[in-house]
Amino acid sequence: MEEYLKLFIASAITNNFVLTQFLGLCIFFGVSKNLNASIGMGMAVTSVMTLSSLLAWAVYNYILHPLGLQSLMLVVFVLLIASFVQLLEMIIKKHAPALYNMWGIYLVLIATNCIVLAVPVTNAETSSNFITSLVRALGSGVGFSLALILMASLREKLQYADVPKSLEGLGISFILAGMLALSFFGFSGMITL
Amino acid sequence: MSTSILILLVLTSLGLFFGFVLAYSNKKFGIEVNPLIHIVEDVLPKGQCGACGYAGCMAYAEAVVLNADVPPNLCIPGKDPIAKMVAELTGKAAAAMEPQIAQVKCAGIHSKAAKSYQYNGVQDCTAANLLFGGPKDCKFGCLGLGTCVKNCPFDAMVMSADGLPIIDPDKCTACGKCVSVCPKQVINLMPVGAKVRVNCSSKDKGPVAKKACSIACIGCSLCMRQCPHGAIKMENNLAIVDSKICEAQCSDALCLTKCPTKAIRPFVTGIVPGTENEESVIAACAK
Repeated sequence: MEEYLKLFIASAITNNFVLTQFLGLCIFFGVSKNLNASIGMGMAVTSVMTLSSLLAWAVYNYILHPLGLQSLMLVVFVLLIASFVQLLEMIIKKHAPALYNMWGIYLVLIATNCIVLAVPVTNAETSSNFITSLVRALGSGVGFSLALILMASLREKLQYADVPKSLEGLGISFILAGMLALSFFGFSGMITL
Repeated sequence: MSTSILILLVLTSLGLFFGFVLAYSNKKFGIEVNPLIHIVEDVLPKGQCGACGYAGCMAYAEAVVLNADVPPNLCIPGKDPIAKMVAELTGKAAAAMEPQIAQVKCAGIHSKAAKSYQYNGVQDCTAANLLFGGPKDCKFGCLGLGTCVKNCPFDAMVMSADGLPIIDPDKCTACGKCVSVCPKQVINLMPVGAKVRVNCSSKDKGPVAKKACSIACIGCSLCMRQCPHGAIKMENNLAIVDSKICEAQCSDALCLTKCPTKAIRPFVTGIVPGTENEESVIAACAK
């Protein structure tokens, strides 16, 4: 149990995908202008990441690994995530239109994002079991949401700040992201897996 | 050799599997989208300007097809032809869309409007407005630094040498962008067929307005008393013309001849306000 808790916190904070491994930066800068949108996006990423990495775990362990086709991992995972997101979109559109209206464009954005691919790849490389994969995916999703929400809150405050003209917009956001990443480096070494 | 066949097999079967799953779920979960929405969207100009009040052309197409209360003539850049096409497609009655044009309610060119100071700051109306409401004595008039010109998405505006924007009637789509960016709110939209307009926005009392600008509306209400149709009313020392009544009923524009400061003038497009010549006055009176 303790092991899973450690893994969860490690993947959410100390090995945060966005702020320590610099994955998923496209969404991180694209959707962090507004707090509400970032909460929706965080939820969408977390759920897609969890479900797709479980599916990927099954495909990897029951098809690719027994056949010795680990080299196909990336291709198969990309295919899997893209189809899964499509499927999820259809199901949500039919059964939860309210959720669909909230997530609509974000779901499609996720289909091609590296952060969703990174979790199954990490799981495969460390030959994790089912529960470890689940915990890692959940932790990474929570970590991503945390980073996104922190960034969105900071950027909303930034609108009232007197930013030098040359740094307006994305420039100051990059600096801000750098500072946020620096502060997350303070956690490094807290948990060793 | 066997590995490559295995790869081929695995990838093909995985691809087929996901393909079938998606195809099946599309049947099972797919929602019929009214094909009319896409046809209507194709008709719209796709400028995604949002002037209709919806998030974009697609959103408006969806609303106009699905909701019976959404009128077909909301697309402002599309004007009448598009409104007719959308009405035809959706089977709604197309209320004729009144063509509109932006107009500047100020005729205070440099020689006519008194200045309280020389402005040398950033050449932008919003910036100038922050400094005691701009350099003109009249705090309601056009600042003439061209924020509207810079923001016009259709290049329909140019700044004249006299310091007032000229609006090209052929290019202006009445999208309302200039109306919203003007810090003085001196621009408004007006039906193209209107007879007369008031070239002034000053809410100052007569003597104050007159001192600040020689062709200001001084709020004397002569025009209001002259108009037999009741199209003109006075609000805060300023004559307001109801363009709808004016357009529909006016036959001899009596108001034009009575205005002591010539603030109320025939509605002529494509010129600097205040430079309407006497011929146009006679023409407006004859109409």
